[in-house]
Amino acid sequence: MTMRDKKGRPVVVVTGMGVVTSLGAGKADNWKNLSAGNSGIRAIKRFSTEGLKTKMAGAVDFVPFDPPSAAELSERLAELAAEEAVSEAGLGSKGSFPGPLFLAVAPIELEWPQRESLAVAAGSNGAITYDDLIRSASTGKFGNIHERYVFGSVGHHLADKFGTQGSPISLSTACASGASAIQLGLEAIRRGETDAALCIATDGSVNPESLVRFSLLSALSTQNDNPSEASKPFSKNRDGFVMAEGAGALVLESYDSAKARGAKILGVLEGCGELADSFHRTRSSPDGKPVIGCMRKAMTDAGITPEDVDYVNAHGTSTPENDKMEAMSTSAVFGERMKTLPISSNKSMIGHTLSAAGAVEAVITLMTLQHQRIPPTINYKVPDPTIMLDVVPNVARDAKMRRAISNSFGFGGQNVSLVLAREPAA
Amino acid sequence: MADQRREVFITGIGIVSALGEGLDAHWQKLSEAKPAADTATFAPCVVHPIVAIDFDKQIPKKGDQRQMEPWQRIGTYAAGLALENAGIKGNAELTGRMDMIIAAGGGERDATVDGAILTGMPGAADKDQFINERLMSDLRPTLFLAQLSNLLAGNISIVHGVTGSSRTFMGEEPSGVDAVRIALSRIQAGQSDITLVGGAHNGERKDLLMLYTSGGYTLKDKYGPVWDRAAQGGGFALGSLGAFLVLESREHAQARGAVPIARLSSVAADSTRRKPGAITDSLDKLWGKIAGTVDGKHAAFISGATGAEAATTEEKAFLAKHSALPVRATGSHIGHGMEPQFAMNIALAALALKHGKLFPPVADGSGIEQPMNGSLAQAVVTGVGHWRGEGLALVEAAN
Repeated sequence: MTMRDKKGRPVVVVTGMGVVTSLGAGKADNWKNLSAGNSGIRAIKRFSTEGLKTKMAGAVDFVPFDPPSAAELSERLAELAAEEAVSEAGLGSKGSFPGPLFLAVAPIELEWPQRESLAVAAGSNGAITYDDLIRSASTGKFGNIHERYVFGSVGHHLADKFGTQGSPISLSTACASGASAIQLGLEAIRRGETDAALCIATDGSVNPESLVRFSLLSALSTQNDNPSEASKPFSKNRDGFVMAEGAGALVLESYDSAKARGAKILGVLEGCGELADSFHRTRSSPDGKPVIGCMRKAMTDAGITPEDVDYVNAHGTSTPENDKMEAMSTSAVFGERMKTLPISSNKSMIGHTLSAAGAVEAVITLMTLQHQRIPPTINYKVPDPTIMLDVVPNVARDAKMRRAISNSFGFGGQNVSLVLAREPAA
Repeated sequence: MADQRREVFITGIGIVSALGEGLDAHWQKLSEAKPAADTATFAPCVVHPIVAIDFDKQIPKKGDQRQMEPWQRIGTYAAGLALENAGIKGNAELTGRMDMIIAAGGGERDATVDGAILTGMPGAADKDQFINERLMSDLRPTLFLAQLSNLLAGNISIVHGVTGSSRTFMGEEPSGVDAVRIALSRIQAGQSDITLVGGAHNGERKDLLMLYTSGGYTLKDKYGPVWDRAAQGGGFALGSLGAFLVLESREHAQARGAVPIARLSSVAADSTRRKPGAITDSLDKLWGKIAGTVDGKHAAFISGATGAEAATTEEKAFLAKHSALPVRATGSHIGHGMEPQFAMNIALAALALKHGKLFPPVADGSGIEQPMNGSLAQAVVTGVGHWRGEGLALVEAAN
């Protein structure tokens, strides 16, 4: 018999998950650290931070990569997370995954080491311009630069490695990218185009220029003295987010396909909501309308009401504006209940994994439901009197939970919310 | 399954390129069949520069224009043209629930800052500190927003109020094929009623020319039509362009009295691992997905051939198997716009279908483009990526 949701669509479940963050590689290490309230934020060692305002990050320093670039590290992190997810799902065979790839990845770009190598090769004695770099590029000695730094690079390499079907989709919805990748997979299965999808989100862009860019927009915490305490979502003294790296991967599958092959179901992806904001390029609408609408659309899509939600996995970046807006918006959606409905931010421990965050946090949300234990919002020492939320302060908490919402919001007015639930029989 | 799918119309087109702005300007230039390019400004690279645009017409606030680099301005402008053409510009109720999928690159650099840093690096006492300090002091804070791939979508939300949903696909040519493919599938399946899909590209950028030149893909020194570049080793001439389509279910279009320009019947895509013959094989397979519906007498190919040697040669081999269908490569006219090229070619196919005839061939030594005398009812659009990705679309007359 075919399992359909309340709207007659195929039910979509998760049968494999993988995650890498500054807290470790794999679900086991991450869960251990998250439930212990450990921080992965450290002083940056990968490059010199002389002259920078922010000198710390949740960088993943235990994964070797070469050449030094975000594209390369993002690919390595994605491979790790996807290997864990695909292996857990036990779907397809090695190098042959029976579904499409949806990849959330930061925009790929050439970086300073590569630019420098082209400049040096030009052998110019005077001022260097792009004409010199083009002249170097024309020699044919830099062919590897093209393949590494085209935007499709990471996605196509991953598609080759995991043998996904059809044209791999690389996408960016800024800090909501990971959730968008999951949403595209959900929609493809609901359309009946495929029984399975591999959704990966990755970000390895802790590098000088990325830090500078966010610094110039005053988005980053500058509390460098004690890095592990810099990310403090919902606290009164929060002063910006902490850049971080990581990857999350999920194997989505139709319930029927999972059941037919006797796969273990890790959770149900009940719905997604999405609503763009036209207020400002980097700021959310102060009335919270788009975020409120986004969460409501997700619940409508899932066929549930606010009363059916037991936990909110917050976007919770630790920027003054996001946390205020998210507190206000969740209160609007959940009403009086919001005072007691637990909401916590994984970013207090792992920082903001940017393009990866939506998927990393979806994996953590599903682990939260599996373990019936909520990872805390750490560094919550100075409550913000304008934010009346149960943020699960500082210490993990056991709780009975059936269903959660995971929020992701990004520059460019991007908002995506996911509704995740335990396996129906659980 | 197929019979349950909803029919999808193209009800709005916004295009701007080296040929001009809007459908009529493009039809006029394509009909003249005298393609040209700029071989001097970015020498040795050949490019197709965009026409002069009065951005105020679609982006009224100067403040908004200042927040964008050229690729975003071109795209936001073209999106406005598409909404206007569909008769929904300023209809806040409709744009507020309209979906959006954009194919984008990004990363527009500040060439002056980059050059100054590269020039100063060899003499710096501490190279890393030098880069950090120069970036902190010399980068414009808003440049990042002009670089982020998803900020074309963000600007369209802000300027035109399209907020139903917003997704940006990246990855050169195939991102454009997939943007249209997913937009079409979602409407066919009832996941969307109306979607704005397309993108923009600024080819007049030395950082991009550098990237593609490193792979040996750029056309240099001399302009020739895309089919006629083998003697110079092939290569594409980047083009600056913006292209947006309003895709809409038949029911939604009829309910608001919209007049369809053409029907988008199918889009198929794949990504083969490139080796000799693989592209032709891939196109053969995609053809199999739409071939049963193509009538040879009134159909033509609108080819997205770029001029990049291997991809173009293999596409030629595919086209040769269907020699009953006349071929037109728009890249000879507008250059290669990378991400939005597929949406642009669907737009130009719809334009020809609207006129009921194909525009004339470009005369070159290859003989691949031949005149078409009869009427045009179907157009098969090709999109073969210079590195990866193959796509086909079937566009048909609306009636």
